[in-house]
Amino acid sequence: MNNFKELSFKTVTYIASLFTIVVLLGIIFSIFLGGTPVFQYVSLTKFLSSPSWHPTHDPPDFGILSLIIGSLLVTAGALVISIPLGLGSAIYISEIASQRVREILKPIIELLAGIPSVVYGLFGMAFLSPFLIRIFKIPTGLNIFSASIILGLMVVPIISSLSEDALSSVPKSLREASLALGANKWETIIRIVVPAAKAGIISSIILGFGRAVGETMVVLMVAGGAAQIPSNIFQPVRPMPATIAAEMGETVIGSPHFYALYGIAIILFVITFISILITEFIVMRKKR
Amino acid sequence: MTRTRKLQALLGTSLLKLFIALTAIFLILFLYVIFSRGGKMINWEFLTQSPRRYMTEGGIFPAIIGTFWLTVLSIGFALPLGIFTAVFLTSYARPSWLVRIIRVSINTLAGVPSIIYGLFGLTVFVQFFKFDVSLLSGALTLGVLAMPVIINASEEAIRSVPPDFREASLALGATERQTILRVILPTALPNILTGTIISIGRVAGETAPILFTAATFYTRLLPTSVMDEVMALPYHIYALMTEGSHAAKQVPIAYGTAVVLLALVLLVSTVAIIIRYRLRKKKKW
Repeated sequence: MNNFKELSFKTVTYIASLFTIVVLLGIIFSIFLGGTPVFQYVSLTKFLSSPSWHPTHDPPDFGILSLIIGSLLVTAGALVISIPLGLGSAIYISEIASQRVREILKPIIELLAGIPSVVYGLFGMAFLSPFLIRIFKIPTGLNIFSASIILGLMVVPIISSLSEDALSSVPKSLREASLALGANKWETIIRIVVPAAKAGIISSIILGFGRAVGETMVVLMVAGGAAQIPSNIFQPVRPMPATIAAEMGETVIGSPHFYALYGIAIILFVITFISILITEFIVMRKKR
Repeated sequence: MTRTRKLQALLGTSLLKLFIALTAIFLILFLYVIFSRGGKMINWEFLTQSPRRYMTEGGIFPAIIGTFWLTVLSIGFALPLGIFTAVFLTSYARPSWLVRIIRVSINTLAGVPSIIYGLFGLTVFVQFFKFDVSLLSGALTLGVLAMPVIINASEEAIRSVPPDFREASLALGATERQTILRVILPTALPNILTGTIISIGRVAGETAPILFTAATFYTRLLPTSVMDEVMALPYHIYALMTEGSHAAKQVPIAYGTAVVLLALVLLVSTVAIIIRYRLRKKKKW
């Protein structure tokens, strides 16, 4: 009897864990099921390499190159902002701040991570965009530049908290040895502590990349929404997640346009999945 | 030589201080803009009335209720699954290829973009299970999204229970199951819950997963069953900013809604952080 209880409890926990695999397979299955039919209408090469996205024209154009470029530009812009700010905050919190300051700053960063993306989107649309129009005298404030700023600030807490973990787990003896050899605090940080935490820092940046490339609400509200290859950073773009979110409500289920949006999701999934595998690989190599 | 080294150190440290100051300045500006513009909107009527006249007047009560139910149902679904998974990974799993796949799945799920969760919910819950666009579809989609966060928090909490506890319990003749249910989980529970509370903030604020699975732009009515469409705070902000034609009246309501959402999320997370801080101080092992 007791044995039966033991076994059934173990089985319940086992099934719960298997559920995570089921969900992941379900996600992969649903986007591929929804997305592959688009390739009856357009070849994979043309889907990826044509810049013209006119899903409602007759005949429609399903080329997502401009959407991919939009996503990559906004993400790159976001990382330009979030890597120095996030890594800088992490080094400051881990190496320079006093115990008390650290205990205040760490939870604040954690709170920052919890701010809903739609509120950032609102801030970008209603405050930052009019502000940029006034400062730079540009026709629209919803563009690559403003989306990068907002997205970058959203990614700061991710890079900061994960890098901070990596930096704090560098053994104290390494710092002491460096100081004992005559290096000052700054040299110790830059030449010893940061290189020792390299794996964790790189993982945090890749995770930040994944977060930025997949973030929907900010780019939907702030990137401007024009499916074009931009010629400067003050032009609007239409990143991949924004296209899916904006157009899914208007499509008919089972239409080529519907399939094409799932097709975009496949590309988006593949990009994030590769970035996740790279971090897995880095962590695994570190463990050895 | 020493002078250049000192100068370098000074420059470097100042740069770090500049970076953290920039982050802080932005945070303060952000919160100031949202709270100063939205705070004016908050009054009793705003919190307890339905929207009127094509969203240009009235309050956001149905959106508050919608977000409440979406959050409660999704956590109710994800919490037991998350805890059981964490128990399996910490207590039963032996290194094997299956366990490796489970771990990779959890990490992948944690990184899947929220819009893809939305498409998953649309395909599986809305279309395949025929739940339609409803509170139920939205809550399940959000629950799936919250699962990896809860699993990681629970696993960390369970691992921080000292092994002596488990060994003592087993040595006294308790079975593995009794040890988990009566010793390990009760000890880890406060930490599991604080981790869960933080994921509540995430769930309450998500917009993309409910776009096609649960949210509706406008309803005067409150949900009467899990099969109803619901309004939700994050979606309401988005809709006010992108739909309708009375921007001058809609933007202030969007700010007001953002204050309510932000206050909710920050309050819930602050409570979790304070609880955790106190627990760490009280910890006797």
